[in-house]
Amino acid sequence: MPVLARWIEAAGIPTVVVTMMPAVAEERRAPRVVGVEFPFGHAFGMPGDRAMQRRVLELALRVLAGASAFGSRVDLDIEWPVPLREAYRSWQPKEPSPIVKKLLESRSRS
Amino acid sequence: MIVDSYRFLPRSFRPFYEGRGPFPGEGYPVWAPFAKRLAGSRIALLTSAGIYLKGSQSTFDLDGERARPEWGDPTWRVIRSSTKPDEVGVAHLHINDDDLHTDPEVALPLRGLDELVSEGVVGSAAANHLSVMGYQDRRLEDWRRTTVPAIIDHLRTEQADGLVLAPA
Repeated sequence: MPVLARWIEAAGIPTVVVTMMPAVAEERRAPRVVGVEFPFGHAFGMPGDRAMQRRVLELALRVLAGASAFGSRVDLDIEWPVPLREAYRSWQPKEPSPIVKKLLESRSRS
Repeated sequence: MIVDSYRFLPRSFRPFYEGRGPFPGEGYPVWAPFAKRLAGSRIALLTSAGIYLKGSQSTFDLDGERARPEWGDPTWRVIRSSTKPDEVGVAHLHINDDDLHTDPEVALPLRGLDELVSEGVVGSAAANHLSVMGYQDRRLEDWRRTTVPAIIDHLRTEQADGLVLAPA
């Protein structure tokens, strides 16, 4: 996704990436980054929580329109309101993705 | 607060992401200044949650990914800003999609953006937003050659002044 942002930005369209992995987006040289400490699949927050979703979107727009230089990163100060163990478990797919399945199979063979 | 980028990531996945540096050939800065006021700008959204319109679009090719686990469907979908939550389908094998079905705004805040437009914070929303499925071949060749040029054309046609991208 940071690379996608770079290619679109290079065509003259300003971008901001809202991401759970802002350190990775920075390493990948995304032009503008908003970090959220949310589980995967939930970039804008909890389902049904309009106030939380709005805070994320507003921050993203503020960084998009207001950042003054390449490499700007702002992290959102919201704690995920679900205990870590439960949140960690619940974002993951019901069955391992094909690549994870393949890696697990190759590990069990070696 | 500084976000812990690995808080929700399985420990064994971390080496695939941490300290990998820039994508090959992509270490230099790219920058397009945001020239207008936000209140006079048109904003587009892009999600990589594998969202598509159930009634009118094909799903992302998950069978292809099952057959070739290193590959992910590189195509893209246009999502009308007027899309209703019950029109949204999700095709992504790397996340649990229950919450996305319950409330697609968690990945693609169409209503949230419309609200900011109606309040005058944002000038307008693109009529058509964008969706991809974020799990891709590591070299991103199909995205680079085909998908991204098409997305850029789309954004120009939409006269988008800026894009908010949200990975799943």
